[in-house]
Amino acid sequence: MDKFRMIFQFFQSNQESFMNGICGIMALASTQMYSAFDFNCPCLPHYNLAYGLGILLVPPFILFLLGFVLNNNISMLAEEWRRPQGQRGKDPAVLRYMFCSMAQRAMIAPAVWVSVTLLDGKCVTCAFCTSVPVETLGNASHPRLSPGEIQRVLARIPCKEIYNGQELIANEVAVRYLRCISQALGWCFVLLMTMLAFLVRSLRPCFSQAAFLKSRYWSHYIDIERKLFDETCAEHARSFAKVCIQQFFESMSTDLVATHCHPPRKAPADVGEAAEKLLGITDQSTMNMALKSWHRCKPPLNLQPPALPTGNGWAGEGQPPVHPSTHRRETAAYYSCL
Amino acid sequence: MDRFRMIFQYFQSSSESVMNGICGLLALASVKMYTSFDFSCPCLPQYNMAYGLGIMFIPPIILFLCGLILNRQSLVMLEEWRRPQGRRKKDLAVIRYMCSSIMQRAMVAPVVWIVVTLLDGKCLICAFSSSMDPEKFVGFANVSPVQVQQLLAKVPCKDDELMRNDTSRKAVSRYLRCWSQALGWSILLILIIAAFLARWLRPCFNQAALLQARHWSNYIDIEQKIFEETCCEHSRLFAHKCILHFFESMRQEIKLHNFSLPREGEGAEGEEDLLRGITDQNRVNKLLKTWYYEKPPLDVSQATQV
Repeated sequence: MDKFRMIFQFFQSNQESFMNGICGIMALASTQMYSAFDFNCPCLPHYNLAYGLGILLVPPFILFLLGFVLNNNISMLAEEWRRPQGQRGKDPAVLRYMFCSMAQRAMIAPAVWVSVTLLDGKCVTCAFCTSVPVETLGNASHPRLSPGEIQRVLARIPCKEIYNGQELIANEVAVRYLRCISQALGWCFVLLMTMLAFLVRSLRPCFSQAAFLKSRYWSHYIDIERKLFDETCAEHARSFAKVCIQQFFESMSTDLVATHCHPPRKAPADVGEAAEKLLGITDQSTMNMALKSWHRCKPPLNLQPPALPTGNGWAGEGQPPVHPSTHRRETAAYYSCL
Repeated sequence: MDRFRMIFQYFQSSSESVMNGICGLLALASVKMYTSFDFSCPCLPQYNMAYGLGIMFIPPIILFLCGLILNRQSLVMLEEWRRPQGRRKKDLAVIRYMCSSIMQRAMVAPVVWIVVTLLDGKCLICAFSSSMDPEKFVGFANVSPVQVQQLLAKVPCKDDELMRNDTSRKAVSRYLRCWSQALGWSILLILIIAAFLARWLRPCFNQAALLQARHWSNYIDIEQKIFEETCCEHSRLFAHKCILHFFESMRQEIKLHNFSLPREGEGAEGEEDLLRGITDQNRVNKLLKTWYYEKPPLDVSQATQV
């Protein structure tokens, strides 16, 4: 647990490390998905190609889109792209930088899927078994079959249990041939991707290093600014809610005091914090009424100022009243109870 | 857990340790890749050599490039090499030192792959079985040349029906494996002796220059890291000031339009400060809308004066 927490903290410390962590997790998930997937070649002439190429190309596309979805920065990029210019200019270089870094990270899991698929060999064997060169690998002296028949026989190469063309071409020979081609393609693909990554990374300091530093700083700034703004808004919302609720309870307690005809109990000098926190509501029926009122009639999102701007004498005394009208009612109730 | 944390912290303590750690991880990954790779020789006359040598040499190139990509210092070195001179002179000895240390670390994983491949033997058997001299082996001596090529090409495939219990196949296989393992051990021995000599004899040549180069390359690395950290901190402070300035300017605008002075009630002073004069739904909505439609300019010079 401690180890897990430490690794988690390391990745969260820095936005880039966090994104690299997600990237690595997706690459691992991609290999896990492939090994858990139960590959099942249909062994029929036209379906093989569709199935094989589908398994080779559709999951990488899904993983690529997932890489974008899981990236927090995509909403930041969209927001920065669509916002009106206002008082702050928009820098297309920053947008390009953000998009490129997201696309690079999203490409890793699909590349891992394609390499693992090609190095394993099952997909290519399934997709291209009908194109095996029978003349060079197979038995040339076999009695001629119609092309359709040959296609049907060759299509069964991946399914060893039902393969019936051993005289035409040995199953192991065909599978070895196809797998060799598949693995060669796989290694070439990995080499190509690695070379591209190397070139992209090493050519950048040679050209446009200053522009890169600028774009990186401002894209990081936009990210931090958004987070800080969210934090400030959350803080504001908290204070807003606190004052709003405090005012609600105060208005409830003064309303109830007015309708129940008893003067506000004078708090003794050594009142203590707990009594203050009761906010004037000290019995079951009052509390129930407060709760019902909260549900039926929430207060407006409009915090009352603590004192009137009319500058009357109350502002000078110790306790400014919340509702001047309540004060008048209170006085009237006193007289009526006498 | 404590031990793990200590190891983790040790590796993070200096950039050299981080690079050594990455180097070790790549070497382990190279071994794991080899064991999980399903080697399957095509057993066809022209394809064997291409496949065998391809498996022996292409993954090392990939591992070498990975070693260069994953090493942070290679970027630092390239930047130092390509930067304009400005007011700081460039020291070629430092760049050379960084380059050689990067190359040495990047070469470890490819060498591990090649040595493991040779010690295992499958690649060499696959690549060179067709180049064997059939006269040396009893089973292939009296066969026509075309057929002999086909048979020799099938030697790496133990399960092939023709070759299953053939003693000559086993002989060829053992012969090639013996050569392969001898080559593997020799390469390993030569490399270790070379590394040993290089480390031992280095202090005899130009030790002072080496110390200087190492110090300055370490300095350049640390300077870059600290610059990035300072930029991060700066952008955080900049953002903080910018947002506070934005809230203040909203409060000024509200004061201007509503002619209501913010009250400072007794119990609520702390909260009033946090609310910054924005005390109802419309004002909050206006603030959020303004934030989207008109982000404040990137200029906090007025904010520092307020």
